[in-house]
Amino acid sequence: MTSMNGHERTDIAVIGSGFGGAITAYHLAAGGAKVVVLERGPWVPSDEFDHDFKLGTSSTRIFDFVAGDGMSILGGNCVGGGSVVYFATMPRAPRFTFERQGSIGRRMWPAAINRDALDPWYDRVAEALPIYRQSWDDVPYPGGLWAAACDHAGRTANLPNVAIDTSLCTNCNWMMAGCKFDAKRSLLLNYLPAAVSHGAQIRPLHEVQKISKADGWYRLHYNLIDDEDYRVSTGSGTLDAKIVIVAAGAGATPVILQRSEAELGTMPHGVGRYFSGNGERLNTAIIDEDKVREVLGLQRPDGRAYAANQIGRGPTVVCWDHVDGALPEHSRFALEQLYFPPGLGTILAQAPGAEGAAWFGPRKKEMLRHFQSWLTIFILSEDNNEGVFGPPPPTGNAVRISQQMLGRGNLSYEPSKQTLHGWAAADAEIKDILERDGLARVRPWTNDVVGAYTVHPLSSCRIGDDPATSALDDRHELRGHPGIFVTDGSAVPGALTVNPALTIAALAERAIPGIVQAARERGIEVTYGAPAPDGASSARRAARPALASLGARQ
Amino acid sequence: MDTETTMTLEAFADTFVPGEKRSPDDIAIAGAAPGPGAVAAGALELLQTPATGVSSSLDDLVAALNDHAIEYGDEQGLTLDPAVPPFVALSYEHRTALMSTLMGPDHPEKESWILPALFCFMAFDTAAHLDTVGAIKDGHPGLTAMGYAKPDADGLWRFPEYTYGRQLSRAHPRTTSSGDPA
Repeated sequence: MTSMNGHERTDIAVIGSGFGGAITAYHLAAGGAKVVVLERGPWVPSDEFDHDFKLGTSSTRIFDFVAGDGMSILGGNCVGGGSVVYFATMPRAPRFTFERQGSIGRRMWPAAINRDALDPWYDRVAEALPIYRQSWDDVPYPGGLWAAACDHAGRTANLPNVAIDTSLCTNCNWMMAGCKFDAKRSLLLNYLPAAVSHGAQIRPLHEVQKISKADGWYRLHYNLIDDEDYRVSTGSGTLDAKIVIVAAGAGATPVILQRSEAELGTMPHGVGRYFSGNGERLNTAIIDEDKVREVLGLQRPDGRAYAANQIGRGPTVVCWDHVDGALPEHSRFALEQLYFPPGLGTILAQAPGAEGAAWFGPRKKEMLRHFQSWLTIFILSEDNNEGVFGPPPPTGNAVRISQQMLGRGNLSYEPSKQTLHGWAAADAEIKDILERDGLARVRPWTNDVVGAYTVHPLSSCRIGDDPATSALDDRHELRGHPGIFVTDGSAVPGALTVNPALTIAALAERAIPGIVQAARERGIEVTYGAPAPDGASSARRAARPALASLGARQ
Repeated sequence: MDTETTMTLEAFADTFVPGEKRSPDDIAIAGAAPGPGAVAAGALELLQTPATGVSSSLDDLVAALNDHAIEYGDEQGLTLDPAVPPFVALSYEHRTALMSTLMGPDHPEKESWILPALFCFMAFDTAAHLDTVGAIKDGHPGLTAMGYAKPDADGLWRFPEYTYGRQLSRAHPRTTSSGDPA
């Protein structure tokens, strides 16, 4: 479909192919709309995922590290977005997170959404991916060690649900470079192929720069990106659409909207503000192997006690003792055992007990010698939505420094005393658990090198009831710009104290009925009601009572 | 790359992951730690790899680093050996102190020093300039020192033995029937 003057047209354009883009693309294509997805990263099939750290392999092809001023964002850069590089830990957000006030003195979430209201949408995602319960036979050594240490210290520890088919998992711990064994249920295995089968077009290496208006349509302006050197643009083009779904990720969605302001008109105040890093922070412990055997009674079949940092699949055990609504805001957090591969997982770790610079030098080198005895603990806490995006860079969401992966963005983040309080409390809790009876020596990662960091960027274009502090209404429509919807992590109002992927996905599922209605009002022949990507329909039936309030035609 | 540039970059890389001297008269490598360090791991090869985005600015980096070393030496009242580049003439402790200042949270040049420092690190702990399977096979100093496990014959990692296989903690009492926090 093209306009009279040659511009390509579609019913619905989707920017980004992570959870927010893939889920919307599937439902809208299945409902009969003509859908085009523009994804800035490459489309990498699972047989091209590498077990390799060399620059240019999938470790850097599909992963982005954008340094900001006080906060760095780590995320996916490929078809499937974050789902291809994530660790697939999929807890539902605890009830109290929906009641959070943060810094605005009122409930951050829209009145229409609480845990009960979101549960049917969580169910839909759980059926679609699908999501699995773990058993203790599934838990790799690092998770087992964290569980035993928590238990020894009188804490509880849970096996969170995962989007991983553990019968296919080899515990290789390469999941950040893409799962070569298709054990991880990324969007490449469910929503995206289902969207394509319903006619959606997915165009990789198309980086949307801005949105303008033309003849009553929205016009997306994109650059074509070289498939090896992402600093190079090989062309440009436009795509007109009646409805636009912006789902470029919380580090990029606000940048596209900021850059569009000159042509679309004033953006809501919340665009590019209230960014949350999900309160994330890391500690690394060096485990005393003898104490693991003596104090915890753990031993591997080969006689070693642990020495298994490299074995596993990201996080498998989490302490939720401080995920507790009875505790005050900014003192609630989850402590999750985690593995990051060398490089990202080693550089910022600080040598316990070292004076001065502790992330480099002789003591750090000695720490690296004990790499297999490391245990890294991930804090997911409540920050204060401190992040603000500055003026957009010339293209994309960052000035790319390296051919792939490394870039410099315009996010500023200065942690508030509340955020620092939460981090300090979580650090102390980890220390109490892991240094008990000499099990380990532990220290937080440094924030002096790349600032704070997050693998779960959120809230930079969030939903809410208050126009002053939320860019989107409770149906994810951009205030003042009808027909533009935001369905990625930027829509989540604030930190969750748990991994957010399932909540992002559930919100996207919940947004579909409203988007369908908006599309129909613009003359697009589309209906709501597709089953899960594999045809399963029990969760669809269960969610039906929620549709009336979301405006869907049933 | 001329000798001055090479020596300065070696001393720079050696500051982050220090290694043992290659010979008794090795000056660039300070010998601050036993075993091979970033230089032996291939830091200069990685810094010169165009994909990093820093390879074209190494001459500027060396010049700036040596200017800072002269300034630092003056501040500290040090007499630097004129026969070697100023940064190389600093002791390991002084190199560390200078780099800590240049990479400090408030230093205006912080980012231009951190980026190449990260690549020096990556040369040691990921061998990002080499294919990983080959690097391990050839005994790459960093991956070897870290005890990074070897892959299967097809170059892929699998750990068929991975679990203690028993319950090791109690679940939170308010866990929901779906396995989620309440």
